[in-house]
Amino acid sequence: MVQKLDYLAESASQTAGPYVHIGLMPTYAGNPGCYTTEIATSPITDGAKGELIEITGEVFDGTGWALRDALIESWQPDAAGKFAGQDGADPAVSGHCRFAADADTGLFTLRSVKPGAVAMRGGAMQAPHISLWIVARGINIGLQTRIYFEDEDNSNDPLLNRIEQRNRVDTLIAKKTGAGQYRFDIRLQGDGETVFLDI
Amino acid sequence: MSEPHATDLGPLVPRNRAVHPPAYDIDYKTSVPRSPRWSLLSMESTPSEETGPRFGHSLLGDLDNNLILNFTNGKAPAVGERILMHGRVLDENNRPVPHTLVEIWQANAGGRYRHKKDTYLAPLDPNFGGCGRTITDENGYYEFLTIRPGAYPWPNRANDWRPMHIHISVYGHSFGQRLITQMYFEGDPLIDRCPIAATVKDRSQLENLVAPLDMGKSRPLDFLAYKFDIVLRGRRQTMFENKLEGM
Repeated sequence: MVQKLDYLAESASQTAGPYVHIGLMPTYAGNPGCYTTEIATSPITDGAKGELIEITGEVFDGTGWALRDALIESWQPDAAGKFAGQDGADPAVSGHCRFAADADTGLFTLRSVKPGAVAMRGGAMQAPHISLWIVARGINIGLQTRIYFEDEDNSNDPLLNRIEQRNRVDTLIAKKTGAGQYRFDIRLQGDGETVFLDI
Repeated sequence: MSEPHATDLGPLVPRNRAVHPPAYDIDYKTSVPRSPRWSLLSMESTPSEETGPRFGHSLLGDLDNNLILNFTNGKAPAVGERILMHGRVLDENNRPVPHTLVEIWQANAGGRYRHKKDTYLAPLDPNFGGCGRTITDENGYYEFLTIRPGAYPWPNRANDWRPMHIHISVYGHSFGQRLITQMYFEGDPLIDRCPIAATVKDRSQLENLVAPLDMGKSRPLDFLAYKFDIVLRGRRQTMFENKLEGM
């Protein structure tokens, strides 16, 4: 026999289901006014410093069909690379947003400021990116991924550089479609499957 | 950037994927086309995962954690069996997670959700919205007053029914701790027939999603109580954690 470790196991994830919006995005679900203040409706408020950006995209399943029920959360630092709550962080950047695939078209849109680079433990710099967490019916545990930007220098990013199959790196890089406009599609399965993270 | 880790709490403990459902489960049909086939890219957490949104008590309305009354703003109670759902949010190190947002959503007593996509036969309850939220106290404790949700059928195999359940979303203090799960009720015979519950392959992990009846917290002539603790990923801190890379 040995001494007993006293760790707890993380609670098992369960799917967010088809009605996740009534809990996390009540207005989207058709229940406006459920709460006086709905959270995470935008990652920025007026006056946020930095470049305003708009990212649109779709979440495709393995058949190529765009999910109409996906819910995505984003988390990012401000334009200087500081997260909300850190000393000197831009008070107009909460950095957190919830957005949903459109129930008719499947398109999602995130409006924010472009994030700054963030140092890792040990000092290496990460290229600017937005962290995503994707949930929906049929997704048993929330999927983590990141949005990088094609007009930034991503060559030294420690996470991107860990991807062995270099042809998959592009799945994490938003394509510029205009001034401040980007396209970022998420493919859950099949050709061009997005790199999902265990981080 | 100057001293980004001056108060480094350590990296997140890597997820033990064996305690979670696999992405692909043939008996839960929607998971089949929505499950990634390639391996996840594993890496030690970075500030992007270790930081996370925080929410203050000023956000909350007085009835936000009372689903019996919050939809009518206290004017009329929801139909159903009154229950208290309560427990603690902990981390893997068995430490409470204080001041974190807990959100729940559920069907009404008849098994119907107030969502534009739910078309089940059971009627909506005009007095029930089906969502609530609260922030844990300094000990990680939370509670909700609600009604017991009904079981309902869902399109999967020809005759699948969801057991009574309440969906729970928790933030913790790090975006990498983000978790959604479901609470089931002790004694519900539908749990062992449910393909979604059965996505959890570790039996003890499924049992950890089943809330016991808690008579010690139930209030005579008012409500029954169910106790549900939630465990989030922990942080790994050692005396050796803050060294520079390569030293």
